[in-house]
Amino acid sequence: MKTAVIVFPGSNCDRDLAVALEAVTGVKPTMVWHGDSELPEGLGLIGVPGGFSYGDYLRCGAIAARSPIMRAVVESANKGTPVFGVCNGFQVLAETGLLPGALMRNRSLNFVCRDVDLEVANTDSAFTRLYEQGETIRIPVAHHDGNYFADADTLDRLEGEGRVAFRYAEDVNGSARGIAGVLNEKRNVLGMMPHPERRIEAAHGGDHGRRLFEGLLEMVGA
Amino acid sequence: MKLKIFVTLKPGVLDPQGKAIHHALESLGFAGVNDVRAGKLIELEVADATTDAQIEEMCRQLLANTVIENYRVERA
Repeated sequence: MKTAVIVFPGSNCDRDLAVALEAVTGVKPTMVWHGDSELPEGLGLIGVPGGFSYGDYLRCGAIAARSPIMRAVVESANKGTPVFGVCNGFQVLAETGLLPGALMRNRSLNFVCRDVDLEVANTDSAFTRLYEQGETIRIPVAHHDGNYFADADTLDRLEGEGRVAFRYAEDVNGSARGIAGVLNEKRNVLGMMPHPERRIEAAHGGDHGRRLFEGLLEMVGA
Repeated sequence: MKLKIFVTLKPGVLDPQGKAIHHALESLGFAGVNDVRAGKLIELEVADATTDAQIEEMCRQLLANTVIENYRVERA
């Protein structure tokens, strides 16, 4: 499966994501610079990595979301290409409008950096299909602005349509209804604050994140 | 032409930074502060020919995230 990882000035989890993707797919992802305006052909996944793109200026992910490459990512996502945004990548996808809601400053105002338990809230997506519904997985978070906000109607709709992919098992950052990750309407775009790409090997703290990439690979095919 | 764009959180959106400022004011001994909301002021210097519609688009496309924020334009 061919994959690409978008790199912004200030991305710092792009290599983590690339290592995870290569470990699972056996193919090195193409690293695509934010100033490019075209993506490689035939991608099975576009990854939008964590970090502090553009120094979090204006709002987290706001400037990155308006970069030339993101126009191509939005277009590709709308055609059905799987897109996965983690941490700052989630913030970027929310800023493009591919995903509903916004990520605000953590309610505690503290940067949260630790392992947290997540509940797999929905398994009906390429990303979550290898997990059990309601399963608890342990994945690290590292963010200052992960407090998910959307208006009550949007939250009801997300829950009603089974688009909450992951929930925090405890209050981590003040997120509305404990939401840690959401899917778009077509279920081919997932954004989440926790970092599954950092949990793909037992020797590196655990492999609870690995099935997210394996499920996608199985679905998209080699 | 100089513009001031005030970007503020919508009513009902929790503002942790405002809460922290509020708390700090109280710990300095300022009584009677009922609420604090923090926002942003963005100053633009634009060509005189810039239309209201263009300014509006700048706000909508980038300067404010209308999911959580309102904006107000003031011409200096």
